[in-house]
Amino acid sequence: MPLRLLKYGLSRDYPVSGDIPATPELKPAYDVVIIGGGGHGLSCAHHLAKYHGIKSVAVLEKAYLAGGNTARNTTTIRSNYITPEGIAFYKEGVELFERLSHELDFNVMFSQRGQLTLAHSEATLRSFHMRAEMGKHMGTRTEVVDQKGVEELCPLLNMDYGGPLEILGGLWHADGGTARHDAVAWGYAAQASRRGVEIHQRTEVQDFEVVGDRVQAVKTNRGRVACGQVLIATGGMNYDVALKAGVELPIRCYPLQAMVTQPLKPWLHTLVSSVSLHTYLVQSSRGEVVIGGGSDPYQLYSTRSTLDMKEHLAEGAIHLFPFLQGVRLLRQWAGITDMTPDYSPIMGASPLANLWLDCGWGTWGFKATPVAGKRMAQTIAEGRVPDILKPFALERFETFRLLNEMGATAASH
Amino acid sequence: MKLLTCPMNGLRNIDEFQSFGPVRARPDPDATADTEWSRHLFRAENRKGIVTEWWRHVPSNYFFLAERDLVSNEIICTFDASELRDRA
Ligand SMILES: Cc1cc2nc3c(=O)[nH]c(=O)nc-3n(C[C@H](O)[C@H](O)[C@H](O)COP(=O)(O)OP(=O)(O)OC[C@H]3O[C@@H](n4cnc5c(N)ncnc54)[C@H](O)[C@@H]3O)c2cc1C
Repeated sequence: MPLRLLKYGLSRDYPVSGDIPATPELKPAYDVVIIGGGGHGLSCAHHLAKYHGIKSVAVLEKAYLAGGNTARNTTTIRSNYITPEGIAFYKEGVELFERLSHELDFNVMFSQRGQLTLAHSEATLRSFHMRAEMGKHMGTRTEVVDQKGVEELCPLLNMDYGGPLEILGGLWHADGGTARHDAVAWGYAAQASRRGVEIHQRTEVQDFEVVGDRVQAVKTNRGRVACGQVLIATGGMNYDVALKAGVELPIRCYPLQAMVTQPLKPWLHTLVSSVSLHTYLVQSSRGEVVIGGGSDPYQLYSTRSTLDMKEHLAEGAIHLFPFLQGVRLLRQWAGITDMTPDYSPIMGASPLANLWLDCGWGTWGFKATPVAGKRMAQTIAEGRVPDILKPFALERFETFRLLNEMGATAASH
Repeated sequence: MKLLTCPMNGLRNIDEFQSFGPVRARPDPDATADTEWSRHLFRAENRKGIVTEWWRHVPSNYFFLAERDLVSNEIICTFDASELRDRA
């Protein structure tokens, strides 16, 4: 990238790179069919084509590219989870983000500015100590900071000394950061299509043709497509799509809402989240303050927003930074999240021999876009699940080997 | 503001209620294999369509049931838990 900048920086004929190619005709068969053109599906397509030489790949997307949760997330990237299996996986994810702009030759605006999670109670602080020790053990940069440390990292915070929500300390995760979500998806799409992957927009998978223990073909609104291997990466629709193949996933759908303020000068230099207030904030490179929080209180397949939830987010944000009270909101939205019982994803094999799962990404899957794509591509290419993914198998629910990341996920995704 | 009709307290703001998820048949603890336990614990109803689910009116701590559309979010009806047996 730097060489190209030098080469073309002063020249008039910078080669304009084409967008993602228009949707081609559907072929009758592909080696690999990826259902869902979000970040995960596109990342897997890229890794299949670039690292495994598999080019007969079709990504089938029912709407427009990356308009699902990839477009709706608040872009928290971090690895400060609590289970060793979780930390090992997300750590690889953060490391891939560190190199992603080079990998894609596309600026994904990765900004590793660190994440500060706040404790307003001794109990939360104790859980932070455990996460910090696990994090250090696994080789990530995670530590507990005291009140002075919090003030130094984020001087504009309302510490609420003596108040009911006094900030007692924080979990400082220097590896944490953020990136531009659309760029991540487009970068993967551009790279994948350059290597021959076909991206089919407005192509909805409506049913599966299952013969024995194999998916013979998928049926779409544009016709039947026979497939060697199939990956389900349909975000909020994972339960619904897998069910059509006869696979019932332990997933429940909940809306998750977020919003942004009008652009402000840069003032928030870390990601900040509060467990007790169920609110987190990050300032985007455009200056907008992105505000997110916990999931909706009940199950629903809908991207509607509610005033209750927006008021709750505003309340949390204003409590932490009272000077935000006069700031206007620019946009607000929601996505449908596919929640698992243990707040960890479901990756790997399904009961069908050639159907693979990249599901259960709930409120936390953007950060895993590169690593899930890389590891699922490896799985599909080699026909077996690599060690790093094994703990995330669907069978873990039947063997009661859950990976409980609820506490490390709830407030900041 | 979304409203919900509580069988005991009448029409109230849905904020006053807490969802306890879809109704699940309780397995017989003496005659249930691990896989069925796992199903019971981890696989709640999530099909697009109408679910019967437990709700609680928080201020009065009253538990009851509602039929709700998981796509349109329409609350079709609410009823007391004593009616659950009659419906089953
Ligand atoms: C408000 C919000 C905030 C979030 N914040 C964070 C965060 O800060 N950090 C983080 O790591 N994660 C976050 N997440 C979670 C994250 O967005 C998702 O886990 C991640 O984007 C999932 O990517 P995906 O590619 O698997 O799914 P998606 O991006 O949803 O892509 C799935 C695609 O499949 C398509 N599809 C569905 N059904 C079919 C079908 N039948 N046939 C063909 N195509 C189909 C959809 O149209 C969609 O484009 C957040 C989510 C939301 C909603």
